Amino acid sequence: MSILSVKDLRVTFDVPKRGAWPWTPPMKLQAVGGLSFDLEQGQTVGLVGESGSGKSTVARAIVGTVPATSGQILFEGTDLASMSVGDRRRHRRDAQMVFQDPLAALNPRMTVGDIVAEPLTTHYPEMKRAEVKKRVGEIMERVGLLPNLVNRYPHEFSGGQCQRIGIARALIMRPKLLICDEPVSALDVSVQAQVVNLLKELQRDMGLSMIFIAHDLSVVKHISDEIVVMYLGRIMEAGPTHEVTTKPRHPYTQALISSVPIPDPVLEKARPRPVLEGELPSPLNPPSGCVFRTRCPKARPDCAEPKDRRQYENGVRVDCPYFEVKDALAV
Amino acid sequence: MAKHANPDADILDEVQEPVNEQVKGRSLWADARDRFFKNKAAVVGLIVLFFVTAFAIFGGLISQYEPQTVDFSLMGAMAVNGSPSIETGHYFGVDFEGRDLYARVVQGTRVSLMVGVVGALVAVVVGTLYGAIAGYLGGKTDDVMMRLVDVLMSIPFMFVLILMLVIFGQSIFMLFLGIGLIAWLDMSRIARGQTLSIKNKEFVEAAIATGVRPLTIILRHIVPNLLGIVIVYATLLVPQMIIFESFISYLGLGVQEPSTSLGALIRQGTQQMNNGTLWMLAYPLFFFLITLFAFFFVGDGLRDALDPKDR
Repeated sequence: MSILSVKDLRVTFDVPKRGAWPWTPPMKLQAVGGLSFDLEQGQTVGLVGESGSGKSTVARAIVGTVPATSGQILFEGTDLASMSVGDRRRHRRDAQMVFQDPLAALNPRMTVGDIVAEPLTTHYPEMKRAEVKKRVGEIMERVGLLPNLVNRYPHEFSGGQCQRIGIARALIMRPKLLICDEPVSALDVSVQAQVVNLLKELQRDMGLSMIFIAHDLSVVKHISDEIVVMYLGRIMEAGPTHEVTTKPRHPYTQALISSVPIPDPVLEKARPRPVLEGELPSPLNPPSGCVFRTRCPKARPDCAEPKDRRQYENGVRVDCPYFEVKDALAV
Repeated sequence: MAKHANPDADILDEVQEPVNEQVKGRSLWADARDRFFKNKAAVVGLIVLFFVTAFAIFGGLISQYEPQTVDFSLMGAMAVNGSPSIETGHYFGVDFEGRDLYARVVQGTRVSLMVGVVGALVAVVVGTLYGAIAGYLGGKTDDVMMRLVDVLMSIPFMFVLILMLVIFGQSIFMLFLGIGLIAWLDMSRIARGQTLSIKNKEFVEAAIATGVRPLTIILRHIVPNLLGIVIVYATLLVPQMIIFESFISYLGLGVQEPSTSLGALIRQGTQQMNNGTLWMLAYPLFFFLITLFAFFFVGDGLRDALDPKDR
């Protein structure tokens, strides 16, 4: 049984119309529309897509800070929506999250020790202070921080260190599932590598299952076993990392991969790139049919028809009937 | 740079102390304290405030007379014999009834400071919690709670307070109640506004995801982060409350005899202005003014210290 199974997840937000009466029905913003994927024990799923594609909303729905409008999120076989209060508390312990902005995710008025200890003191209020201190020291060392820094405040640390503190806070409860919401996009490239390697190492040692969200395919491919490419809240392509990154099928995935720079100026200059025109359409008023058709280089008239475009090839799901396998030069 | 092959090297390099010794962190409060003490006007204000408070608390110890005792030996010749002098023991002279003005000013300062501080305290505790809860819960609860504040604010409070004092009798309790009712309204609006921006920060979301209870989130994550602004506003509120009380007392509706406040003393002083006894006005007014100035300077200094971005 997979540890996490998301089935046809939809998340809709109400957006009140500007200047409207309080009783006029609000506009519906569909942030996630019919997302499904499974996460196996000890594996990593990478969610990729540009800003506004609903990646973070998926993460928030899984930890339960945003309610799912429809569909199911099964955590170890139990639906999140039908959980009792006790189950929900246990789920809070088992699923932890690492945030995008490392400094904003830490309360500036609390010491690092208190921040890391907060999950422990919340779920085990009876735990002795010495025991809490010991656990905090252990996990700090585990993420590569000196345990004697517990009395310092977040603003005294660098971005990479802050992210390690965030990881320590997420891991102190020994969760089964770790959701990383763009954990490295606010960091320097050299620090990114450190944090990604740390996460990989921790995953191996602690048997974590992970959901790794990023807009940068080159980061995701290092850590994920499977990749889900999202656009405007819908899946465009999903499959094993190697297949998706080396043989992208969906035109959107191809565009994403072509935007990753190659560290060789000659190759970089020579390669053709399908550049995407325009901006992400408004999720308040998504295009009919395939949501990508307004920017797709291969769009045809029948792309506007609402129908299931799901295709399977070689273990990869592609939501485009006109896909072609294209070898990626490099990611 | 071989040592950088170890990804943790940069982190380990930063700290040279032995590992088992705990490093003392510098909190944002400590930073703010340093900034505050660099501000000369604010420090002077703080010192003045310290002396005024000491005067209000311990001033009675060196007084030669009780504040209520009338010095009958001066009767009829107050303007001549009742002037401030060390010899007679009336350091600040006597008031129009022959009572020792020094003892009266000590008592008046004490009452005025108390009114100001209690008013500000009520505002801080009630206003902050009310505003933080309204802002954090949001939605309908927020609407109802803040509309209630709007309704209360639209009532002309000076008028209602005067009516209350007339109907229920003039007592210091009534005064506290009136000031308490009005003081927290502005504070709750400020606290709510700050909460709205703080509650969308990721550390609050992290706390929610961890399963921390809403009240704990408000007290542990929201309130400490809006306390800076609240403290600034509170120190600026204290002089406002003192002025408010003095105004009520000046109208003759506030603190009642034999107790007194700076406002009541100033009122009595102005009534005697034409009789050549200006000291009756000068001493209470002096303490009134330096207290207000000191509070304003301290409040200003705190604002610069606590949110340096807003300078």
